[in-house]
Amino acid sequence: MRAIDNNTPQQSTRQHRHLRFSILRYDPNDSASVPCMQEYQIEEAEGMTLFIALNEIREHQDPTLQFDFVCRAGICGSCAMMINGRPHLACRTLTRDLPDEVTLAPLPFFELIGDLSVNTGKWMRGMNERLQTWLHVQEREVDLHRIEERMDPDIADQIYELDRCIECGCCVAACGTAQMRKDFVGAVGMGKIARFRLDPRDIRTDDDYYELIGDDTGVFGCMSLLACHDVCPKTLPLQSQIAFLRRKMATLGLSG
Amino acid sequence: MSHETILIQVGLADKPRKSRWPARLDLLQSITGLFLALFMWGHMTLVASILWSKDAMWTIARFFEGYFIFGKGYPWLVSCIVGFIILVVVAHALMAVRKFPINYRQWRVIHAHAKMMKHEDSTLWVWQAYTGFLLFFLASAHLYQMIIWPQNIGPYVSSYRVWSEGVWPLYLVMLLAVELHACIGLYRLTVKWGWPNLSRETLRKVKWGLTAFFLVLGFLSLVAYMKIGYEHRTRVGERYTPTWVVEKERGAQQG
Repeated sequence: MRAIDNNTPQQSTRQHRHLRFSILRYDPNDSASVPCMQEYQIEEAEGMTLFIALNEIREHQDPTLQFDFVCRAGICGSCAMMINGRPHLACRTLTRDLPDEVTLAPLPFFELIGDLSVNTGKWMRGMNERLQTWLHVQEREVDLHRIEERMDPDIADQIYELDRCIECGCCVAACGTAQMRKDFVGAVGMGKIARFRLDPRDIRTDDDYYELIGDDTGVFGCMSLLACHDVCPKTLPLQSQIAFLRRKMATLGLSG
Repeated sequence: MSHETILIQVGLADKPRKSRWPARLDLLQSITGLFLALFMWGHMTLVASILWSKDAMWTIARFFEGYFIFGKGYPWLVSCIVGFIILVVVAHALMAVRKFPINYRQWRVIHAHAKMMKHEDSTLWVWQAYTGFLLFFLASAHLYQMIIWPQNIGPYVSSYRVWSEGVWPLYLVMLLAVELHACIGLYRLTVKWGWPNLSRETLRKVKWGLTAFFLVLGFLSLVAYMKIGYEHRTRVGERYTPTWVVEKERGAQQG
C-alpha cells in the first residue's frame, strides 16, 4: 500500500522533505499474515522524531500499524526498533538525521507481537529472574533507630551510571552472539551483574556471580563484537563492564 | 566409571557448582590466539629476511637448525618447533570453532545481521571467522610440508617450493588470510580483555596499519622467492652456499 499524507499544513516557508517509510508488517497471530514491507510517505516537520512520524502514519494513513511507546522521552525503552538495520529508540531519533528513505523493522530476538511491536518485557523478566538482578542483603533485624549505612559517593555514582539501563533491548538486538544463540544473557544481563557487583550492600561474591554468568551463555559467550556498546541509547559503558567481568570470572577459572 | 562422568552424562555436571572449564577454555582461546598472532609476525619478519639478502635468510634458516650452536644443522629441530605450532593451532581451532555459526540458521542470521547493521566490528568478526575457517586447510598444508621436509628451508630450496612446486598460490591466499585473521584477532583480544585501555578508533587504526605493513612485507617476500625460483627453475635441488663460504673456497683454491 502507498499512502501519501496531504493534510499537513504548509505553514513554514522552508521546504520539507518527503520521507518514505518502508515498514515491515506482520501479525504472528494471524495465520493468513505474511511478512511484507509496506510503504508510507509523509512530509517531514520541524523537529520531527520517528515516534511522531509513526504516530502521524497511524493517525492519518493506517490505524492498523502496531508499534509501542509510553514515555516519548527515551526513558521507558518501549519504542526500540530496527531503523535502517540498526536498533534505536524511535522517540530519540530525529528524522533530520535519517535519509529520505527509512526502513523500519521490529527488534529481532524478542517475541514479536505484531509489526514493530515486540515483547521485550517477557524476555527481560526471564533474564532478571535467571540472573537474580536484585539486591541480596544480609538478613538482620530491623532497627529503626540505627543510622543507615553510608555509601561512598563515587560508588553510588558508578551504580547510578549502570542503573540508567532502561531494558529497551537495543543491545541484545545488536548482538551477533544473541542472534545465533538464544540463551545468551546479552549486554543488558551482564551490565546488571556489574551493577550489583559494585553495590557494597550486596553480599554475593564473585563465586556467586560465576554461577550466574560463568559459561558460554554468559560472559564467556560474548564474542566482543561490541555493537551493544555502540547502539546503547543510554551510552552505558558496556564494553569496559563486560571486559571487567570477563577478567574477574576468568580469574576464578584459574583459581580452581 | 567416575562420579564426574556420570554427572556430565545426566546433565548435572554444573550442580552444585558451575564448572570452571568455560573460563579456562576462554583463556586458552585468547592465549593460543595471542601466541599464534605474535608467532606469525615473527615468522613473517624472518621470512622477509630474503629482502635483505640471501645470506641473511640462509643464516636464519640454519640458526633454527642449531647450526651455530652444534656446528652442524639438525633440521629435526625445526620439525619439533613445527610440531609445537601444530599443537597450538589445533588447540586454538578447537576453542575458536565453538563460536562459529554451526548450522544454516545461524549462518544465515549472522550474515544478515552484519549486512544490515553495517557495524565495523561485527563485519570484522565475520571476516575473522571466514579467514579462520580457510586457515584450517591452508595452515595444515603448510605445516605438513614444514614438519616432513624441514631441511627444505633456505634461499633456494624455499624458492623452488614457491615457484617450481607451484606452492605460491597457496602462500598468496594464506598470506591474506593469516594477516587479516591475526590482526583482527589481536584487536579483538584488546577490546575483549580491556587492555591496553585505548579507544577503539585508535586500536582499529593500529590494527589496519599493522595489517597493511605485514601484507606488504609478505607480498614483497613472496615475489622475491618467486623471482629466485623462476631464475633457478632449471637448477631445482641446488642448495644455496653463503657468500663467505664461496669466497673462502675461492681463496683456498687461489692459495
